[in-house]
Amino acid sequence: MTGTAIEFRNVVKRYGDAVAVAGIDLAIAGGELVTFLGPSGCGKTTSLRLIAGLELPTEGQVFIAGRDVSRDPASARNVGMVFQSYALFPHMSVLDNVAYGPVIRGMPRAQAQARAREILDQVGLGGLHQRLPAELSGGQQQRVAVARAIVQQPDVILFDEPLSNVDAKLRRKVREEIRSLQRRFGLTAVYVTHDQEEALAVSDRIVVMDKGRIAQVGTPADLYERPASPFIADFIGDANLIRGTVAAGHFSAPGLSLPVTGPDGPATLSIRPERITLSPGGPDRVVSATYLGSRMEYVVAAGVGEMLVSRPIVEPRLSAGQAVSLHIGQSDVSRVA
Amino acid sequence: MIRSADGRIGVVWSGLLLAAVLVLPWFKGGALGASALAEGLGGRAWLLPLVAVALAFGALFLLLRDWRIHPAGAALVGAGLVWLILQGFGIGLRGPALPAITALFPAAGAGQPGFGWGAWVAGIALIGALAEVLAARGFCRGERFGALAVVAIVTLLTLFVFFPILKLMSSAFVAPDGTLSAAPFLARITAPDLWSIRCLNGAGRCGVVINSVVLGVLSAGIATALGLALALLVARTDFRMKRLLRAISILPIITPPFVVGVAIIVLFGRTGLVTVEVADWFGMRPTRWVYGLPGILIAQVLAFAPVTFLVILSGLEAINPTLEEASATLGARPVATFRTVTWPLLRPALAAAFLLAFIESLSDFGNPIVLGGSYDVLSTKIFFAVVGAQYDLGQAATLSVLLLALTVAAFWVQTRWLGRASYVTVTGKSDAGLVAPVPPIIRWAAVAAVLPFVAVTVAVYAIVLIGGVVKDIARLEMTPTFGHLWTAFSFEINGRGLQLFGSAWDSMITTLWVSALSAPLTMGVGILTAWLIARQDFAGKRTFEFGTLLSFAIPGTVVGVSYIAAFNVPPIDITGTLWILVICFVFRNMAVGMRAGVAALAQIDRSMEEASQTMGAGGGRVLRDVVLPLIRPAIFTALVYAFVTAMTAVSAVVFLVSARHNMATAYIMGRVENGEYALAIAYSTVLMLVMVACVALMNLAVGRARLGRRTAVTGAA
Repeated sequence: MTGTAIEFRNVVKRYGDAVAVAGIDLAIAGGELVTFLGPSGCGKTTSLRLIAGLELPTEGQVFIAGRDVSRDPASARNVGMVFQSYALFPHMSVLDNVAYGPVIRGMPRAQAQARAREILDQVGLGGLHQRLPAELSGGQQQRVAVARAIVQQPDVILFDEPLSNVDAKLRRKVREEIRSLQRRFGLTAVYVTHDQEEALAVSDRIVVMDKGRIAQVGTPADLYERPASPFIADFIGDANLIRGTVAAGHFSAPGLSLPVTGPDGPATLSIRPERITLSPGGPDRVVSATYLGSRMEYVVAAGVGEMLVSRPIVEPRLSAGQAVSLHIGQSDVSRVA
Repeated sequence: MIRSADGRIGVVWSGLLLAAVLVLPWFKGGALGASALAEGLGGRAWLLPLVAVALAFGALFLLLRDWRIHPAGAALVGAGLVWLILQGFGIGLRGPALPAITALFPAAGAGQPGFGWGAWVAGIALIGALAEVLAARGFCRGERFGALAVVAIVTLLTLFVFFPILKLMSSAFVAPDGTLSAAPFLARITAPDLWSIRCLNGAGRCGVVINSVVLGVLSAGIATALGLALALLVARTDFRMKRLLRAISILPIITPPFVVGVAIIVLFGRTGLVTVEVADWFGMRPTRWVYGLPGILIAQVLAFAPVTFLVILSGLEAINPTLEEASATLGARPVATFRTVTWPLLRPALAAAFLLAFIESLSDFGNPIVLGGSYDVLSTKIFFAVVGAQYDLGQAATLSVLLLALTVAAFWVQTRWLGRASYVTVTGKSDAGLVAPVPPIIRWAAVAAVLPFVAVTVAVYAIVLIGGVVKDIARLEMTPTFGHLWTAFSFEINGRGLQLFGSAWDSMITTLWVSALSAPLTMGVGILTAWLIARQDFAGKRTFEFGTLLSFAIPGTVVGVSYIAAFNVPPIDITGTLWILVICFVFRNMAVGMRAGVAALAQIDRSMEEASQTMGAGGGRVLRDVVLPLIRPAIFTALVYAFVTAMTAVSAVVFLVSARHNMATAYIMGRVENGEYALAIAYSTVLMLVMVACVALMNLAVGRARLGRRTAVTGAA
């Protein structure tokens, strides 16, 4: 990872009275794949378009490769973008689509086409140069879109929900292709998705956004294991939130007492469903048991409230109505408030 | 390496600006060298600030690479534009608008002529620089082409749509002696010959406003009823006339004005074929019954029914058939289903059709002038106030304001009220379900309504078809002859080459020139405007959009009068030129290209253009590489419509033609006024044939381009 490729400095984007991005500071390192993740309307796509130059910031600055591009239109920046709909030009062949950027930027046509052929070969579309986009499968179209975005060796490649038009079955494969291409070409990439599993799988770092602000930045493991707020805990994976109070370094809620760090006062702990263990017999009761193939999912009524619990399928199965004891260890919880 | 804030374009704008003030003739009709500088030093000192701005701007460009961002650039451009407009409108042909100006510039008392090449080029250069300055500040997301397009289109619309209308309104307040006050307007607008309702009790004639509204309501009502009948027959019965009816619906568009009116006179006039025949049967004396309301009504209904038919048909086809099926499964008989489901759902389309026809009827000029007799309507009254015995622009302007108020009110009702009341739901999913056939009783009513319409249409076009090539159709002298055509289009090829003698050649050639010049310009402005509305975000877009839509509602007669009011005097005096005709057509017809473009762009994924941008294409390149190839059908529609309308339009044109630049429709109007019906019909037929030929040519050109693309693709694959 080499230096800072992209930087947001206090970036605000307003549409009239509506605030899409409410002040973002962020640095993205060269060669890194960073994902903007969040619910719809959180400002993640707007942030991506601010990098592309398809929107200009209302306040603040955007830097690409060390240059302030805040007032530059998209055509004056060196970015590649893969659109949700791929946005391949239907009236141009695959080769013309990929050669379009170099030609626009002044490369002689023959040279641009040679360059496009090279890239198309590298993404595995060697034989399809003369096809029209409509004559390709969805997966092939996506690879053309990626080839078109990287042919000019952009400062950054942007992915706007690139998997939303891919069959559910194919997503894992396409996602791995994107990741390996990005690593192979050493590209700085920004990826937008609302799917947290996709974000965990593909990213070096994830930027979780909420209401136009950054809620937390971190590696997938950081976000999953040490969420900074109830919002993050709930948005990434499933989480049980337990409200209680902290006094003298000790968290207490009905039926639960654990040592925690942080200031005294009201507090919320988050615990992942797979971190809770159950043993037969005891004060708690299984409300429902759901068979999910790879695991069992239980809702358990305990002293701290109803808890979602996920257990490996190989463990002895419990059934609804059974009396159990619920165990939560000190290392399994994280304080989120 | 891409450089931001690319300021090199400044060489174009500063160069143009310098040439405009130093070299080009500043005033209309001026000689080369009579530049702003020369005129300014020669006493017209108010031009010197513009020279100073041009020099300062040139210096700024040479000194600073980032003139686009520097505050001085914006200040200079703004000051230049403001001063250009202020001095142009402040000092007229006969002197300054305000006496105080003479104190500042003594020479202003002598006045100044209109804008010449220098002034126009200076304006263009300043507009171009303004677009750069705005783009550098993030306008249109920083896209300079988008910014230039917005600024240019807004300027053009202001200059050629809004400014004339404002000028017209102010003219309505001008007294005969030239002073401005409310009294003459109030006197004119309350005159009894506008509002009298004495015709209702048979004690005389009604006022023009009453006449116009009565005609509009009757004409729109009948046309809507006919349109409904036609739409029901086509969409809801097994009547096999769909293609024929669609073909008929195109006829009014390519039919030159007057020709239907003339055909109606030939059929129903005092010595008309039908009138005489019927009078013989019943032993009555033939009368002039057709002149006045009945004649105008027949002609207008023939022209508008095809339009209402198309509007109602699309409304009918948008009704989800499952709603009617639901009604049937709930136990409703066909008539009950029609009354309780179909009819209420159709009401918005009916209202839209009615209002459209109402606006068209009020705007119509060709039919009332031929068939009106003593039945005056606003559009003809306006015409006679300008062209008649006494030239009275104030009166024409007042009547125009009234007419404009009526059509804009109808338009406003149509967009505001109907916009909300529309029940038509357009979803991506198509519902299975069969359309309910219309109940027999309604079907027979529809057939009964449509038959006379079809009969009259056939009769009218039969007369148009043969009237030009027989001796005298009006007296049933059916000897075939090319005499009329020869009178209009005689020519000779002799030692001096091709010589044109026919009386119609001049107007025909002018018409072709004006149409050929205005069609691509109209299309360009319309499609560009559509692209701005559909794709660009800029401050004031809503107002911009409403303004362009409003131009739909301005009757041609009003446009004609407003152009006379605005462009007869400096700074922009262009009446009597070919260009005023071209400009008039461009801004009257751009709305159709705009609508076609907006509809086509709505079908195209916006991210394709964004993809093009991220790969380095500026706005112009995006338009050329991505947008235009994908909306080719809309371009063709706009082109054909602009061309055909330019050939057949009359209402605005009659005010703007001159002895040198006469148009075909104005020429035909003259022949009709002289009673030379056969000649008028012959010329109209030629006009229609020329139009069909030109449209076929355009189709060939555009169609071949598309074909070439496809063969290239399949050949390579």
